[in-house]
Amino acid sequence: MKKIEAIIRPEKFDIIKDALTEKGYGGMSVTEIKGHGNQKGVSEVWRGKRYKVDLLPKIKVELAVADEVCDEVVQTIISEGQTGSIGDGKIFVSELSNVYRIRTAEQGDSAI
Amino acid sequence: MGYLLRGLRRPNIICSFLFMLCLLLFCTNMAWAGEHTIASDPTGEHTFALDFRGVDMSESFGWVLLTGFTILFMQVGFIFLGGLLQAKNVLSYMTHCFLATTLGALIYFVAGFALMFGGFEFLGKHLGGGNAFIGWSGFLLLGDSYDVRTIMMFLFQAVIATFIGSIIAGAVAERMKLGAYVISFFFIYTIIYPLYGHWVWGEGWLWNLPFGSGVRDFAGSGVVHAIGGTLAFVGALFLGPRIGKFSKDGTPGFFPGHNVGYMVIGTVLLAFGWLGYDAGSTLAAGDLRASVVAANTFIAGAMGAVTVLYYSYLKTGAADIGEACNGFLAGLVAISAPCAYVAPWAAVTIGLLGAIVYMTNLWFVEEKLKVDDPLGAVSVHGANGLWGLLAIGIFADGSYGGVSGLITGNGGQLLSQFIACIVALAWAGGLGSLMFFILKNTIGIRVSERVESEGLDVNIHGSPCYRLQTGAEAPLGAEIEGAAEDTEGQKNTEILEAAFAKDAKREKIYSEKLGIWITAKPKETEK
Repeated sequence: MKKIEAIIRPEKFDIIKDALTEKGYGGMSVTEIKGHGNQKGVSEVWRGKRYKVDLLPKIKVELAVADEVCDEVVQTIISEGQTGSIGDGKIFVSELSNVYRIRTAEQGDSAI
Repeated sequence: MGYLLRGLRRPNIICSFLFMLCLLLFCTNMAWAGEHTIASDPTGEHTFALDFRGVDMSESFGWVLLTGFTILFMQVGFIFLGGLLQAKNVLSYMTHCFLATTLGALIYFVAGFALMFGGFEFLGKHLGGGNAFIGWSGFLLLGDSYDVRTIMMFLFQAVIATFIGSIIAGAVAERMKLGAYVISFFFIYTIIYPLYGHWVWGEGWLWNLPFGSGVRDFAGSGVVHAIGGTLAFVGALFLGPRIGKFSKDGTPGFFPGHNVGYMVIGTVLLAFGWLGYDAGSTLAAGDLRASVVAANTFIAGAMGAVTVLYYSYLKTGAADIGEACNGFLAGLVAISAPCAYVAPWAAVTIGLLGAIVYMTNLWFVEEKLKVDDPLGAVSVHGANGLWGLLAIGIFADGSYGGVSGLITGNGGQLLSQFIACIVALAWAGGLGSLMFFILKNTIGIRVSERVESEGLDVNIHGSPCYRLQTGAEAPLGAEIEGAAEDTEGQKNTEILEAAFAKDAKREKIYSEKLGIWITAKPKETEK
């Protein structure tokens, strides 16, 4: 099992969520986060002066998926979330040792 | 001065306008200095006298000025209606209302008031020249119009005039270019609004129609709300719906408001100002009909709110407070014109029917005409403005101003009011279409898909309305001096513009598998 953490543009969230739901990966946790990667040159105006902004709003989507579908999910997120411009975000994939469903105490792939 | 000019970006339209306005004011002031005629009374010494007439006059001043102040307070209500928009576009809508309150009033001061009330007599002061179609006296409140009575009338009318912009802002919200909105003001506040206002309130040709008593509009159902609502409709029509509002087969989707509580606050604030607006429209403290006017206004609005609340409860099982607020406003708009001419029982009926007009029109505009109106301005102000005009012709009971409608067996008044409705629709609809057509084909009226997706606040106003305040958030970084050439940033923006323009072409499709509407890629990628 794999854990996928995708950091994406907030404006792209609806599209990505719909695409994942359509493909059958509806379960996800979503957090609003702030951060920055290599993106620069973004500025905001406050009290009539223009300032650099260090941290930008992003959305983090977390999914747990079975090994064999991991690539499809990642490719879906990339194809829907890509604009080609700096600031599109990143996807982190890591290994999960186990998953439990609290309601039924199932574990493994069937608990996802 | 050097500090202010340092790092100034391209001088835009607003700056150049303000400069020209200052120049104009300066020149005309020089030309007119010292030229008041005896008839004008800038200090009020002649208008006031220590006798019964003087006391009566000063009471009227107190009344009209104070109600004028409550009318300005209505703009707070309008601004709070922004709670029904998405959080990313709130500042944009509030700016639109704020510009209506400031820039709108200035344009009205320069030209609108003169065109609207030239030739009008108020508290014994006759304001210069005007005929049945246009007025031409009182530009910049100079010369003969530099008079306490005229300027009191100006204040009362200027705060009312600011509503036109706020009404339009509700229908064009979340997607209109600020520049196009500002430029449209010059047309609306110098031609569309003042001329129709002159025909009705300035005692022009509509006021003097030979049917019944002529067109009557006590507190602006027609002059303000019907004109504003029609312009709002035309604006929303020319802009087109927000991205994702309608699915492929035309089913409307929804963008839930970010704070419906704001809407409730705004509605009650509007109602407070509205009582002053309607009662103050007596324009004289000695006109004791004001109590009937205020009571009618209040109960008609309350009836509208309760009707919509009960309907939404019966239909959906939830008491929809946001819709009930619009019902309140619908009742208030509908009663604005007839409030002085009808009895309280008729006011309740007008409020009830106003709520029904609102709900029917909302369904019609959204489901049938496919026009996207984020705040429901077309249904609240446009449709109910017209209904308010007609209501005088039906419910006026002849007890005030000799205006009697159908219930007294008098059909002439209804004919007058009907003509006023047709003229309002044709005038605001025709000129509004021309204006938006020209703007659309010259500077463009709609923001790019990227700006619409990211939100207008960050892109046009430089800062979001609601900033995430977490402990982890760093303060703003270093100040950027001037506008350094940022080629990399520009290239990025271009890539983004293209990407979001492609996204906007996506359609909402109905997924049989999931039973919901989803946004999907265009068909060719699915093959």
